[in-house]
Amino acid sequence: MLAAVRDFFRGRGFLEVETSVRIPVPALELHIDAESSGDGYLRTSPEFRLKRLLCAGLERIYEMGPCFRKGERGRLHNPEYTMLEWYRNGADYRGVLDDTRDLVRHVCRVVRGRTVLAYRGAEIDLGEDWELVTVSSAFIRHAGWDPVAEYDGDRFDLDLVNTVEPGLPVDRPVVLMDYPLGAAALARAREGVAERWELYIGGMEIANAYSELTDPDEQLRRFRECGEARKALGKEVYPVDEEFMAALRRGLPECAGVALGIDRLVMLFAGAERIEEVRAS
Amino acid sequence: MYSASDLKKGLKVEIEGAPYVITEFNFMKPGKGQAIYNCKLKHMVNGNTLSKSYRSNDKIDKPELEEKNLQYSYFDNGDYVFMDDNYEQVSIGEDVLGNGKHFLVEDIAVGVLFHNGMPIEVTLPNFVEKTIVKTEPGARGNTATNVLKPATIEGGYELQVPLFVNEGDIARIDTRTGEYVDRVRK
Repeated sequence: MLAAVRDFFRGRGFLEVETSVRIPVPALELHIDAESSGDGYLRTSPEFRLKRLLCAGLERIYEMGPCFRKGERGRLHNPEYTMLEWYRNGADYRGVLDDTRDLVRHVCRVVRGRTVLAYRGAEIDLGEDWELVTVSSAFIRHAGWDPVAEYDGDRFDLDLVNTVEPGLPVDRPVVLMDYPLGAAALARAREGVAERWELYIGGMEIANAYSELTDPDEQLRRFRECGEARKALGKEVYPVDEEFMAALRRGLPECAGVALGIDRLVMLFAGAERIEEVRAS
Repeated sequence: MYSASDLKKGLKVEIEGAPYVITEFNFMKPGKGQAIYNCKLKHMVNGNTLSKSYRSNDKIDKPELEEKNLQYSYFDNGDYVFMDDNYEQVSIGEDVLGNGKHFLVEDIAVGVLFHNGMPIEVTLPNFVEKTIVKTEPGARGNTATNVLKPATIEGGYELQVPLFVNEGDIARIDTRTGEYVDRVRK
């Protein structure tokens, strides 16, 4: 599978890069906690380093490697997991959805010989058009309220996990898109929604993508807001990544990126119910 | 108080004053969202089940639990009476003892879990010895151990025993399964 992934990106002119796993400043996100390591932290995602490479002039890059998130262990979560993350200049979140669809179809063809995969009793045809659902309509339908019209952070995650996600079809890929601004801090906003999508296959969240935020002032403002919110929750507040901010001020081209959970992709092809079946925990 | 991140299967918690044990635990976390801890809980006394979703910042009460070693004394009018190290008597009902009531022998030492001073769980030793008071005589010389017959122990509990076991024999019983283990030679 890993070879199929690399094969796909090579065919599209992407450069595979490797960025530090141990970094001085972890990503500042509201609900993601980093493990400390030596003088620094283990990365929770390669995002900020990859974006710095884009600022330095690289146009199509991807990285596949370990990421670490403190306290995340469950059926679909392991504190150490393998992330595939890629960025493409000139693309927006719709463009990288096409990349994702092509990638997943390619991997399926290599591993299964066709674009259909059987997972936990369902025949999933990746070759059919992928269903796009807005967060608004999914929530109105399954949870009875619209988080885009009025966002409630606590209620959003609870309903997403307990009501909306279980209501999504498991026999075909589903893309949940256009998130409330409160649920997508690093995405570009457009008409009151964030340009973010999440791909679900077999009932599992497989990938997350944004039209990336390129405005340094807006990014700094969101970092500061996030810091305050973490502090209010009693969580460790990481400093703002100054090297990243400096790169952002030099200029991040309009681009989009995707983060895909390789372990979960493997789970689909291995027919596994729990992440611990496909990787050591 | 427990934090939501302390929760796990088997943990004992207190909800609205009642002791519960977590029977199923699922950690869920949507991308970029907060962790949701979905639990199924069982009331430790009446067995009622409950489902609850906790968020990372939720706090859950820790039950006041105390474990004591008691000795069984006697049965009186529906209550099983035990004695602690200070010779204080503690009555424990059938509902808390469950199947364990069949395996009590005089002076047997048990572990009792108290919640706010009330006994809620009794742990017997893994094995007890009880005399067979009634069983049909088995075929002589038959030592096949996969052929069984019913037998009754003192107190009325019925279990399956090998054919060679006779009335008056002492059987060792696994209190966790209620099954015959072997015969005790005295």
